[in-house]
Amino acid sequence: MKKVKQIHVFKPNFDLLSEELVFIILDLISPNPSDLKSFSLTCKCFYHLESKHRTSLKPLRSDYLPRILTRYRHTADLDLTLCPRVSDYALSVLASLSGPTLRSLDLSRSRSFSAAGLLRLALKCPHLLAIDLSNATDMRDADAAVVAEATSLESLKLGRCKMLTDMAIGCIAVGCKKLTSVCLKWCVGVGDLGVGLLAVKCLHIRTLDLSYLPITGKCLHDILKLQHLEELLLEGCFGVDDDSLKSLRHDCKSLKKLNASSCQNLTQRGLTTLLSGAGCLQRLDIAHCSSVISLDFTSSLKKVSTLQSIRLDGCSVTSDGLKAIGTLCNSLKEVSLSKCVTVTDEGLSSLVMKLKDLRKLDITCCRKLSGVSITQIANSCPLLVSLKMESCSLVSREAFWLIGQKCRLLEELDLTDNEIDDEGLKSISSCLSLSSLKLGICLNITDKGLSYVGMCCPNLRELDLYRSVGITDIGISSIAQGCIHLETINVSYCQDITDKSLVSLSKCSLLQIFESRGCPNITSKGLAAIAVRCKRLAKLDLKKCPSINDSGLLALAHFSQNLKQINVSDTAVTDVGMLSLANIGCLQNIAVVNSRGLSASGVAAALLGCGGLRKAKLHASLRTVLPVSLILHLEARGCTFLWKDNTLQAGGVGS
Amino acid sequence: METEDDLCQQTNWGSSSSKLQEQGSSDGGGNQAFSGFTSEQKWEEASILDYEMDGVEPDLQVFDEMKASGEENVQANVDFLQGVRAQAWDPSTMLSNLSFMEQKIHELQELVHLLVGRGEQVQGCQDELAAQQQQQLITTDLTSIIIQLISTAGSLLPSVKHNMSTAPGPYTGQPGSAMFPCAREANNVASQSQNNNNCGAQEFDLPKAVVVDERESHVVEEHEMKDEDDAEEGENLPPGSYEILQLEKEEILAPHTHFCTICGKGFKRDANLRMHMRGHGDEYKTAAALAKPNKESIPGSEPMLIKRYSCPFLGCKRNKEHRKFQPLKTILCVKNHYKRTHCDKSFTCSRCHTKKFSVIADLKTHEKHCGKNKWLCSCGTTFSRKDKLFGHIALFQGHTPAIPIEETKPSASSSTQRENSEGGNNNQGMVGFNLGSPSNANQETAQFGMMDGNISFEDSFSPMNFETCSFGGFHDFPRLMFDDSDSSFQTLIANTCGFSSPRNVGESVLDTSI
Repeated sequence: MKKVKQIHVFKPNFDLLSEELVFIILDLISPNPSDLKSFSLTCKCFYHLESKHRTSLKPLRSDYLPRILTRYRHTADLDLTLCPRVSDYALSVLASLSGPTLRSLDLSRSRSFSAAGLLRLALKCPHLLAIDLSNATDMRDADAAVVAEATSLESLKLGRCKMLTDMAIGCIAVGCKKLTSVCLKWCVGVGDLGVGLLAVKCLHIRTLDLSYLPITGKCLHDILKLQHLEELLLEGCFGVDDDSLKSLRHDCKSLKKLNASSCQNLTQRGLTTLLSGAGCLQRLDIAHCSSVISLDFTSSLKKVSTLQSIRLDGCSVTSDGLKAIGTLCNSLKEVSLSKCVTVTDEGLSSLVMKLKDLRKLDITCCRKLSGVSITQIANSCPLLVSLKMESCSLVSREAFWLIGQKCRLLEELDLTDNEIDDEGLKSISSCLSLSSLKLGICLNITDKGLSYVGMCCPNLRELDLYRSVGITDIGISSIAQGCIHLETINVSYCQDITDKSLVSLSKCSLLQIFESRGCPNITSKGLAAIAVRCKRLAKLDLKKCPSINDSGLLALAHFSQNLKQINVSDTAVTDVGMLSLANIGCLQNIAVVNSRGLSASGVAAALLGCGGLRKAKLHASLRTVLPVSLILHLEARGCTFLWKDNTLQAGGVGS
Repeated sequence: METEDDLCQQTNWGSSSSKLQEQGSSDGGGNQAFSGFTSEQKWEEASILDYEMDGVEPDLQVFDEMKASGEENVQANVDFLQGVRAQAWDPSTMLSNLSFMEQKIHELQELVHLLVGRGEQVQGCQDELAAQQQQQLITTDLTSIIIQLISTAGSLLPSVKHNMSTAPGPYTGQPGSAMFPCAREANNVASQSQNNNNCGAQEFDLPKAVVVDERESHVVEEHEMKDEDDAEEGENLPPGSYEILQLEKEEILAPHTHFCTICGKGFKRDANLRMHMRGHGDEYKTAAALAKPNKESIPGSEPMLIKRYSCPFLGCKRNKEHRKFQPLKTILCVKNHYKRTHCDKSFTCSRCHTKKFSVIADLKTHEKHCGKNKWLCSCGTTFSRKDKLFGHIALFQGHTPAIPIEETKPSASSSTQRENSEGGNNNQGMVGFNLGSPSNANQETAQFGMMDGNISFEDSFSPMNFETCSFGGFHDFPRLMFDDSDSSFQTLIANTCGFSSPRNVGESVLDTSI
């Protein structure tokens, strides 16, 4: 009561603002978590308001759940992916504190809970709508069957729960009648019976992921009777073959997305049966299909002329087939032909000619394509938003001039390993809304070309300059100047990059991922500049930057509290720098191989200090030096080790 | 020994009945009625020939009485008729018939010529009597020719065949039976009466194995029309096409049915008995003694009636008195049916101790699979196959698959844990927590730590505290296995790196991303 009085003392200034209005303000500042933090630290009133406002949480440690949940009493969405260990105790605390408000819970990265915790959760959270129990590889039927008690559940993910069998799925199917979305990917113990029962009992299912399940076409008879089914994923279901689909007669008008990729035993006959009733299908994925996409094959697409997206990755495609697809499904908006090595200029041209509406095109590694195709694409598809054409090495540099002129709406462009030059970049810089540009291994580009991009593309979020060796500090600084929204940049193996680049990049305060592997001229000074200015930095790759030492890491430890992943292999880092990393609360992933200044005890201390560590990549010699009990302890805490031995490049053995 | 006799009667049933037949024929001699019965007994062969023979016999008598002269002709006539009836339509027969008729007409013509010539020679002598005799003679011959004509014509049209029997004969004063007697009717009447007699007689003779001849006249008639053999083994065996045997209860339940006449040892199978008999002397070792008795007793020509069995339990559907009687096929069927349906289930399964059987073979079949029904439904029903269980669950609302505990839980601790939580003390763990107000949860955790004693310095080491405190009431949750290593590492860390105060850590607990 005393607190409340104090709040009133400080409140007068905000008397006029109702709670709802403050919440709207908070909604607006919530994209930046640090702003929210400052807000809540302003005064007790604001602290109180902020804790009332927040409904979604992603805590770093399950140990603090009681305190966090006590503060945030309106938690509806709880993401525990950063907590490797969530004990039954934590779950019961969670259930009793947030039970009435909790709607979704993500336990996909957590372990060491059992049926008892889940049962408490199921019983105490009457409004729980979504739960993600993926990756619980040791979860057995009895544990999963407890989920059936959560009768309000609508979304359930059980990916990679390999111990589960039909029995658990049967229990869940009977208990959770309201399920609309179920993911059973990689549940290799679940077969036709469990899935069939799910289809019989849960009539509201909209999304069903059955990828890599040992099912046959038998259960599809029941599944395709579901009235609301919209999305069906059958990736890698080797048991689904033509014979088991022979008798299938369905009329699933609701189906919008079908993924039958990597179904090796499904050929044109079976696919025709599958598609025969799905008249409203919009997205079809038949990547890595075993049969040739020829003229014959495309006859199975007759029934799905409203198709908007098709993926044919890794298929052998004939020109006739592509032409037929263009004629049959001319409302296509997305086409993916990634790694279709047989695609020719003739085929692709005849396809894109018909697709005036095309928004996304992926022709990664279609190595036979030349400038003819690119010209045709540029001329036919003015609405193109995304073009991925990595390793189309035959495309001449002139072809890129046309892309910039014709496809002004491009947002995503992958030109990795292409012949593009500065003129091409100049042309492309006229795509004003470009947000992702990948120029890896483009050996023809220089600072001049990059400066066009820097000047004209203010919305650029992602820039990849991996091994584009023509780039120096000048190019980077022009980018840093023009693209203030930059979030990701990769300057790996651009050997001319120095601290100047880093200092200029530190202006991009939204930077999250910085990769500068193999840049010998980068020092701790530059790193410190980035650490100080780029508060959101989450991923840092400093491997093979020999000039990076402890002082850079100390700066990181002090300023970059959001760092999650760091690679300091082959640097001059010592125990001191490593220990300082323990100060970064959310650090999950450390790679330290071949840093000579490190001692075993220093590594041990650092590993122990990083409470949220999930992955540690260390030199194999440390495996014998570190105490076994320490390794066991860390593994129990949820950390996996990757022991790297440089003498064997093949690499590490996970433990 | 009594049972053995019974069974002998049973097994030799075919022969005994045929014996009976012979007896009857020897007793009845020329008895018309019995001859009818005989014909009926042999009906299975569709022996029209026999039937005609019997039926025509009275005709001959009539002829004899009426006309002595021209007897040969009439006899031939009858033979001819038989031929016609037996062989039905055949062009070659027809041809021979026509030539035969031609010959007859020629003969008659000659006779008339003779008479005319004789009349001219001997005028006025024995006039009255002779004229009458001549007239009669000629009339008889004419009549026979006409009959031949008619029957030949009749054989041309198969549909006329039966109507022919009622065709008016020349002797209109007498019923048609004089010429073509309605033998069937007579037979039927006879058979009925004979049946009754027969049943009565057999009931005295064979108290345990009873022949029931249910055939009734109309049934027979109907059957007659079909005119085919009913030897097929269909389920819809028409009543009357088989012989019904009924064993008594004691006989059905007898453990052995074949007994050695010398030592009294019982056997289930006759073949075993015969094998046993070899030990009693060389005379039993002959091939004849070892051969199946049925086969030697029945000559190949003598066909056996199909046998079906009736259950002695009155009111049972398998009992012959039942309105919708369904016969049993073999003696084994009778035994199994009677034990399963009308006896106590005395054999209990030694595994589940719940299933009971009256036939030991059923028990053995069950025991093969008992305990393998591992697919269990929440309603308690077990299934031997998973798909059956899932079919059951799909069918019924609210039924769920039941997961057996020992299969699912390798570690005892977690299973007990689950039982605990399910056993109703769900709140046990939460009691301590719910006591305090949520706002000072921090204080509470500290208190728990104090209680434990293991880590009284919890506050200062909270960032390092990985589940070290057991939180008083939460013992039902599994502890980590690294408790021992914990404290040492804590001190190590505390010494090596200056850690931020717990307050700081607490604030940075929340991840910045939403």
